[in-house]
Amino acid sequence: MSPDQHDVNAIREKLTSGEIGPRAFFKMLNQHSHNGLIGVQYVANADKWVELAIDYDEKLVGDPATGILASGPIISLCDMASGMCIMLTTGKFFQTVTIDLRVDYLRPAKVGQRVTAHMECYRYTRNVAFVRGFAHDGEADSPIANVAGTFMFLGAPE
Amino acid sequence: MTIALPPYAQALRIETSRDNNGRIVLTMPFGSHVQGRPNFLHGGAIAGLLEIAAFASLRDALGDEEATVQIKPITVTTDYMRGGRARLTYAAAVISRLGQRMANVESFAWQEEESKPIAAARMNFLLVRDKS
Repeated sequence: MSPDQHDVNAIREKLTSGEIGPRAFFKMLNQHSHNGLIGVQYVANADKWVELAIDYDEKLVGDPATGILASGPIISLCDMASGMCIMLTTGKFFQTVTIDLRVDYLRPAKVGQRVTAHMECYRYTRNVAFVRGFAHDGEADSPIANVAGTFMFLGAPE
Repeated sequence: MTIALPPYAQALRIETSRDNNGRIVLTMPFGSHVQGRPNFLHGGAIAGLLEIAAFASLRDALGDEEATVQIKPITVTTDYMRGGRARLTYAAAVISRLGQRMANVESFAWQEEESKPIAAARMNFLLVRDKS
């Protein structure tokens, strides 16, 4: 069964209160949604950033001639990492919605390589959070994509 | 001309058709495979649908040249305007410019009415043409 909104809220509150860590949070949330389809996994985090990853998967290919992943799964990965780094940075429980997300593709991901997204919440206000980050396929100093986004809080912080 | 969709589009269960004006319109059914928070579409799945709409429209516009042109996304900016509900989602693309080396495309996704988009994406593509 997929968790309903009540369960998701409860799980998010556990993360922001520190009752569960990001890895456990992700396991509880991940399995029955779009994130399950693309296979998003937790990698690491610090106060203001989080890293999530997807393994190479033939069903996510955008160009059968080359075997290169579509950009959609990489956007999904960055979107998910953005939401999570906002929760960890604010340390509070909010529902966030994406206002906009820009992805610049610096080069294609190598076929067969796992893709990791590193997203950071560098500023947040009463209503809006600003994120930036990058995606790489093995070496963080040679990114495949640069990412910038804005998110709105549903229900402004106290 | 039928438009071949990549594996990623099949994973999202996207289908293509043409409307009365000959425009390509994509549909994506709701299901757990595209769900984010409960009963809403995942933003990434919407971005995926918008990207596929742009690719399909570009491939169609290239016509006979299609097989000799590689289409590489350079920038994708997605604007989210409304939450995507648990129902069928449509998408179509407008090609603003189709040049020799670059194509500029804007895709829209909607559910009940086309005049109420749930998201849009502006995409710039590099076109790599076979020299032969």
